[in-house]
Amino acid sequence: MKKLLLSAATLAFAATGALAQDVVRLGTEGAYPPYNYIDESNELVGFEIDLGNALCERAGLTCEWVQNDWDSIIPNLVGGNYDAIMAGMNATPERAEVIMFSDPYKLPDPSAYMALAGTDTSVMEEGVIAAQSNTMQSGMVADTSATLIEFPTADETIAAVRNGTADAVLADRDFLMTYVDESGGELEFLATVPSPGAGVSIGLRQSDTELQATFNAALDEMKADGSLNEMLVQWFGDEVPQFE
Amino acid sequence: MFSFCADPSVLPDWQWMACYLTTGSHFALYRSVLVVLLLLALAAPLALGMGFLGALAVRSGNPLLKGIGTIYVSMVRGVPDIIFFLFVPFAIDQGVEYLRHKILCPDWDQPIRQGNDFIVCQAAKMPLATDPAWVHNVWGFALALIAFALVFGAFAANTLNGAMNAVPRTQIETAEAYGMTPGQSFRRVLLPQMWVYALPGLSNLWMILTKATPLLFLLGIQDVVFWARELGGQKTGHYAYTHPDWRVWYFLGVLAFYLTLTWVSQKIFDRIMARLNHGQATSGGEALRKAPA
Repeated sequence: MKKLLLSAATLAFAATGALAQDVVRLGTEGAYPPYNYIDESNELVGFEIDLGNALCERAGLTCEWVQNDWDSIIPNLVGGNYDAIMAGMNATPERAEVIMFSDPYKLPDPSAYMALAGTDTSVMEEGVIAAQSNTMQSGMVADTSATLIEFPTADETIAAVRNGTADAVLADRDFLMTYVDESGGELEFLATVPSPGAGVSIGLRQSDTELQATFNAALDEMKADGSLNEMLVQWFGDEVPQFE
Repeated sequence: MFSFCADPSVLPDWQWMACYLTTGSHFALYRSVLVVLLLLALAAPLALGMGFLGALAVRSGNPLLKGIGTIYVSMVRGVPDIIFFLFVPFAIDQGVEYLRHKILCPDWDQPIRQGNDFIVCQAAKMPLATDPAWVHNVWGFALALIAFALVFGAFAANTLNGAMNAVPRTQIETAEAYGMTPGQSFRRVLLPQMWVYALPGLSNLWMILTKATPLLFLLGIQDVVFWARELGGQKTGHYAYTHPDWRVWYFLGVLAFYLTLTWVSQKIFDRIMARLNHGQATSGGEALRKAPA
């Protein structure tokens, strides 16, 4: 009897242990509206916050958000400070050497050059182009003959264009859209260029295949029932490319 | 905060500003001032303690202690601070997790290093993934504190060692002539007199420590500079309170904060210096002696 009780207690303990392990920590930048940002009440909000919470609910995981600087977001993932990245990160081959990606939850974001109205398109080859450091776009600018200047946050790249430090900025078109729309004609798109990579995806440690499968299953579900598309439209407007 | 803040887009200017400055994220900015002050209040005595131990080790007759002290002081002083700020917290964090992993999960069969990944069992995580956010914050803050104490301790050790060497040899000789043991002459004569020589160097260190606090953000702690940059950036229609790039105002605020902090500290150091100079064979002590009472 005693033994039975003991093993029951061990079982109960093991069960709670297993439950406790189902906390997944999600890392995000918190400075990239509308993907992820901090609102006025100091809460993380955005497309990825909504999506991440929905995915965790479907997968039966308890998720906690961790805000982390963009430049160190990958080192802190592989170092184990959190378990997944949802931060507008495109699944590029360079990143895939270090981490692993889920299926995309947003189709490849086209990148766009944004500049002050009236800027000549030749700056894309000869001018000074701003980009956020460690982004796909900073690599794209480096491959052109233009001069690249990098900033740690996306917001600073816009400020650099406004104050003349850079001739244009190259970034995700869906991020720049709000700035162009609200500038009252001060800012405009110079050109849109296709982005490499499979699309915006969840970044995971390469050893974490189980979590990858969990997230992919939940993503498949959300793609199938249209709830992912709804979320995309809610945050990015009607023109956002949707999943079939 | 105020009852009229429900819809910021329709508010008149002064009310808008009142609501804007009392949002949750602004309170986070105000709190971050306290975080910086708390870090300074804890890091300064810790660094001084490390410095004292370092100085004692460097002056020690024991070759092992002397070696450790010398290596510590010269290595930390010779390597850029930022490398230590990135290295020390990462190393301690992973070191602690490694040890906990070895103790708590002895039957774990996978390697800890898998390619780029650092993997320990869930029970060894520090803090645990299930711990609330504040535990993670306190742990991060403690790691930052250790990094600050280590780096500034090395500089303090050098300053204190120099100050101990600057106390006139005759003072120690007199102590010895009175029959004091080396320990007694250290505690009763050298220690009280060395501060006047150490203070200029230590006040310098304090100022540098004050100005080094923005490095906190490298360690994932949201300090004043982080919030100034975050809140000052342009806020588009995604936010309830929209405004153009206001970073210049926020950074002016940060400037005022740091200038006030260093100004007040300078005043305090001046007072301590005047007190320490009393009766000392230094030019400061001489000036005090000649000054009309």
